[in-house]
Amino acid sequence: MSKEPVAVVGIGQTRHVAARRDVSLAGLVREAARRALDDAQLTWADIDAVVIGKAPDFFEGVMMPELYLADALGAVGKPMLRVHTAGSVGGSTALVATNLVAARVHRTVLTLAFEKQSESNAMWGLSLPIPFQQPLLAGAGGFFAPHVRAYMRRTGAPDTIGSLVAYKDRRNALKNPYAHLHEKDLTLEKVQASPMLWDPIRYSETCPSSDGACAMILTDRTGAARAPHPAAWVHGGAMRSEPTLFAGKDFVSPQAGKDCAADVYRQAGITDPRREIDAVEMYVPFSWYEPMWLENLGFAEEGEGWKLTESGVTELDGALPVNPSGGVLSTNPIGASGMIRFAEATLQVRGTAGDHQVDGARTALGHAYGGGSQFFAMWLVGADTPGG
Amino acid sequence: MREVAIVAFGQSVHVRDSAETSEVEMLMPVLHDVLEQTGLAARDIDFTCSGSSDYLAGRAFSFTMALDGVGAWPPISESHVEMDGAWALYEAWVKLLTGEAETALVYAYGKSSPGDVREVLTRQLDPYYVAPLWPDSVALAALQAQALIDAGLTDERVLAGIAARSRTAAESNPHAQLRGVVPAGEHLVAPLRTGDCPPIGDGAAAVVLAAGDTARRLTDRPAWIRGLDHRIEAHALGVRDLTDSPSTRLAAERAGAFARPVDTAELHAPFTSQEVVLRRALKLDAPDSTVRINPSGGALATNPVMAAGLIRLGEAAARIHRGESDRALAHATSGPCLQQNLVAVLEGE
Repeated sequence: MSKEPVAVVGIGQTRHVAARRDVSLAGLVREAARRALDDAQLTWADIDAVVIGKAPDFFEGVMMPELYLADALGAVGKPMLRVHTAGSVGGSTALVATNLVAARVHRTVLTLAFEKQSESNAMWGLSLPIPFQQPLLAGAGGFFAPHVRAYMRRTGAPDTIGSLVAYKDRRNALKNPYAHLHEKDLTLEKVQASPMLWDPIRYSETCPSSDGACAMILTDRTGAARAPHPAAWVHGGAMRSEPTLFAGKDFVSPQAGKDCAADVYRQAGITDPRREIDAVEMYVPFSWYEPMWLENLGFAEEGEGWKLTESGVTELDGALPVNPSGGVLSTNPIGASGMIRFAEATLQVRGTAGDHQVDGARTALGHAYGGGSQFFAMWLVGADTPGG
Repeated sequence: MREVAIVAFGQSVHVRDSAETSEVEMLMPVLHDVLEQTGLAARDIDFTCSGSSDYLAGRAFSFTMALDGVGAWPPISESHVEMDGAWALYEAWVKLLTGEAETALVYAYGKSSPGDVREVLTRQLDPYYVAPLWPDSVALAALQAQALIDAGLTDERVLAGIAARSRTAAESNPHAQLRGVVPAGEHLVAPLRTGDCPPIGDGAAAVVLAAGDTARRLTDRPAWIRGLDHRIEAHALGVRDLTDSPSTRLAAERAGAFARPVDTAELHAPFTSQEVVLRRALKLDAPDSTVRINPSGGALATNPVMAAGLIRLGEAAARIHRGESDRALAHATSGPCLQQNLVAVLEGE
């Protein structure tokens, strides 16, 4: 049976900052939704269903916030679904919304993801003690640092790679008005001199804590034909999961990530991702994850990812720009971060990414991951309608 | 629309306190049960989706550990909703409709015992204006019950009758937590008495979905999902008519529930008064109606939060599997005073 082609016709983000004290949770999500509707030149009445996502409820201290947010998102009288797949949730949420259109259950769907980290404390939200279980080892950095070490040992990557990524992403963020961190005076030397937090991860190689939301309007062929701006099309989307901890797990390059990418490429007819994909929005919360994911996603051979980074291929003007928006390293409203990757990939192929536009981008990958590198969600968007 | 059916349903024995069992331990026998019913192994399942809530477990990412119970290696195509498992079933149903999957495993679990569930549920209220007042779930249900009584739509005697009918029906349900004659008891929050309220329990449930001929191959009598829809209402109780449930009515309409009569209705009504609201919204109160309401005993007999809605779908499907129903309605709810409602229509071949 054939699926309905799915188009992205509206994108809205909030300006991401450390604390949005001027708005409630409802005010924050409505701002992003409103901007997405404006972009698509649609009204609340045009939306058939709402799919929202965020990271753990403990981050704001509200259990099942979709109940409270129904009014703010114009969902009253409509179906509203709430997805939660850890850090990959922003991506998964968009994919669940995509399926609603693809299955022809609904024609036009609003999807939104958010995090208002200033309402609470994400560190403590992740650190509720459970008897007989491994604690999270002083936040996410503590969990991921040993796997970065493993990558360095395995590939022989010089210890300068991480700082190159951070320096690149923070410079890209200067071109993105919605990015949280705008460090105008940053130099490579400053990144390299920043304090060591979890060896080998330095302060300037970690993501910030942000308040923010991201929304997209997805629609079918008919909806796309009516859209005021060129639509982007979803050419492939997939989710994959594997357990947090088990003997034989490859934390450097998890199988779930490889399988997820392979599924997306199969759907999109991509055989050589390095050549056929024009821009990548990759979930890189700690700088070293760029070279790691370049390998995991099939852009580089095993052990070669760091060489792509080092040679400048992933720079905004390189052959394979990675995180032209500044990425998670510059903006991290956790639950929204995955959707921002998806949305930024979409902006690229719509040609509406502004100062961080990659020239001539026609095909872009949005990537999200979460948990202990165990949940993956990705989509590939293109300027052309799938199947021509 | 592609044909999709529930082909297997399993649930745990629901208990007041499962402190000695982890969520994975509670879930695994149920998962094995539904897989054995279909002869499928976890690796044969194309898509997996679960429903649960971190707030019950009292920690973030509680669902990540539960996933281990599925045996998630090699990696699986998987998703999770922080909602009742009925909505996980909805997500899986949509996935099957796209044609990307032939089979899906859906599960849900909830342990209310680690905390005080009445207090925990206050955290799902408006965080700025309402939650700080800690109005608990029984108090909010009592507001709704009183509104119904004031409107002349029910009285305490009728409510007691709903409680008695449900728990009598639960006598034949080996999984039920509360069975047989249960005293109406004192007012817990007037006008609701202890007998009008659900038991607090820990439990898990799972179903397997399959499409078309795959469903026919996996079971003799699939419970076909003829329609499935859900709708949400405003959050603030002050802007809703608590005696009515327009979201249930709309979901039922969209699911095709009113096209022909059903013979069974599994309603997710944790409080007796909520059954009154749902029966009206679903037009189940005709004087000559022969519909069997909550033959399992419903949520008044078994109410593991997060799984109770999925259990309604499972119980309705199981009656079709057993040949006891030809067309059944299943309902699930979320939020205070029936804020969000899902309706499914299931049929035998």
